[in-house]
Amino acid sequence: MLLKELSELHGVSSGETAVRHYIRDRIQSRVDRIETDRLGNLIAHRDQGKKGPRVMLSAHMDEVGLMVVGIDASGLLKIKTVGGIEERVLISKRVLVGPRRVPGVICAKPIHLQEEEEGERPVKTTRLFVDIGATDRSDAEKDVKIGDLIAFDVEAGPFGDGLFKGKALDDRVGCAVLMNLLENEYDLPLAYAFTVQEEVGLRGATVAAFGLNPDLALVVEATSAGDVPPLKKHQASTRLGAGPAISFMDRSVIVNPALIQRLAAVAEEAGIPYQFRESTTGGTEAGVINRTRSGIPVAVISVPCRYIHAPVGIISLNDFTQTVKLIDAFLRDIEQRGLPV
Amino acid sequence: MKDLLQRLTSIPGPSGREDQVRAFIQAELEDYCDELTVDTMGNLIAFKRGGKTKLQFAAHMDEIGVIVTAIDEQGFLRFGKIGGIRPHRLYAQRVRFQNGTVGVIGAEKIDDLKELTLEKLYIDIGATSAAEAKTKVSVGDIAAFDHEFVDLGQRVVAKALDDRVGCAVLIEALKRVSKPQNDLYCTFTVQEEVGLRGAKTAAFGIEPDLGIALDVTGTGDTPEAPKLAMKLGQGAAIKIKDVSLITHPQVKELLSTLAEQNGIPYQFEVLPFGGTDAGAIQLTKAGIPAGVISIPCRYLHSPSEMVDLNDVEAAVRLVVATMEHPVTL
Repeated sequence: MLLKELSELHGVSSGETAVRHYIRDRIQSRVDRIETDRLGNLIAHRDQGKKGPRVMLSAHMDEVGLMVVGIDASGLLKIKTVGGIEERVLISKRVLVGPRRVPGVICAKPIHLQEEEEGERPVKTTRLFVDIGATDRSDAEKDVKIGDLIAFDVEAGPFGDGLFKGKALDDRVGCAVLMNLLENEYDLPLAYAFTVQEEVGLRGATVAAFGLNPDLALVVEATSAGDVPPLKKHQASTRLGAGPAISFMDRSVIVNPALIQRLAAVAEEAGIPYQFRESTTGGTEAGVINRTRSGIPVAVISVPCRYIHAPVGIISLNDFTQTVKLIDAFLRDIEQRGLPV
Repeated sequence: MKDLLQRLTSIPGPSGREDQVRAFIQAELEDYCDELTVDTMGNLIAFKRGGKTKLQFAAHMDEIGVIVTAIDEQGFLRFGKIGGIRPHRLYAQRVRFQNGTVGVIGAEKIDDLKELTLEKLYIDIGATSAAEAKTKVSVGDIAAFDHEFVDLGQRVVAKALDDRVGCAVLIEALKRVSKPQNDLYCTFTVQEEVGLRGAKTAAFGIEPDLGIALDVTGTGDTPEAPKLAMKLGQGAAIKIKDVSLITHPQVKELLSTLAEQNGIPYQFEVLPFGGTDAGAIQLTKAGIPAGVISIPCRYLHSPSEMVDLNDVEAAVRLVVATMEHPVTL
């Protein structure tokens, strides 16, 4: 299953090689040209003999994770977060360290040995270590180097009523959407960008967009679904199962209203359920793409995901399918009617 | 000038929804430039031919505002902020949407002012149900402060003087300039309040030799004010530094010399907070010398910003003097 395989690959920001190879192997028969740029973005072109507005689709390959920044005398690994992770979600998680995927556990002080107030505060990453079962520093150094990236050790898979759980759904689900779209034929010059280092500052998309200089860009993302307690209804942002989420604004971008109207109209005509992302927080690659060169119109379409930026997230498989359908219908609409902006 | 300021500030135009401001300025400038264009981001660029050097002037059309994020069962609107707004500035204010709908901002029960966060606020548009609210407003709709223009004589008070006063200065300068000695790219930018976004792409397209932003700046002339040198009524402020920019020394030299030569009252400005379009312009491509002519303004980012017309006039004269001076850097 594509989503399961993508989710279980390791691709903490700057270490996206495994994801890039996986995607390239599966799409290269479907593209006119494929390249890896200097930052590591994988860019697949489907443009041969095509006329019309040039559209860039982008999804990031990287995920949040950890990095080894030191090894102490006892062989425990000192760590730092890569991308936005809250310390609270780290304790006691199983992880895999470095390219050789060395198993480890993030240490936690047992409750019996804690001071009373320790239980009330999250532990800072500076006091968290990864235990790989090494006897001392030199034993640890046989398997692990400083600078190695650490990903969560999570088995992905479908469960419940049409749901799917796994790590790194932000944004492997976006990568899966793009891979699905590559199965189709469009009468438009398209560039599919699988980008690097989104989680540490939208870095891959910045250079990918400059290089491609498209007439329109669509960012495909996973976005937080807060449809769970203790959040109130108006704080949910998105809801699982209600279809792809269309952004009107986030911290990084204000989407052109004409683009939003066209997306909503396309969804309604095609009977595709959709929702608006009812929040203005968070940032996406749309921000940097929008401000590239003389400006590039950009929209963001997201698959809602519960518990985003934590070791396990949950999406609805129907939301995923409907996201593919919405973008497909939108691209067909551009074929017919041109750009809305 | 008062009339122009009143008309400009009465238009709602938060970041991303500058279209009504742009239409107004387009109509004002039609007869005063060689070419008017709108770029991808929505920046309005008024071009006037004059000489070899490319001067970009930038005044932003957008203002701070709020954006509807959710509509609840009772028809109350929850919202996010556009630009830098503190919750206490919003509480009990009126806001106006682009379609004319007006709402008041209420707050959930709080025991301490410190609890007054954006999440505790809502907009009441007088609807009694979600269905009724949705006939007037949709999620994603954007509103601005709704506050009338007040004429205090030498000083005026209005919402959105940040940066409609900069727009007014640039409009007036374009109307007055008789012998431009440089190619003028008068840019009315979008989305400044959310991160200098319009100026960045406009400057990339224009690739000017010099960029000058026209914007408001804070003052230190009110009771127990922050220690700032700028005062209302002391002339146009020539920026030395803010968070986004250290003014190119030659630009500071150029502007202060022109002010001296033309007898234009001016003051120097160091602002320890905030940034302007000049910050984005200077980092474009391989780098562009940039500076700012500021209009001192009290009560920034509130529904009642105040400027002095002497300062506005000084800024217009300094802009015209720059346009009519053959600039070499």
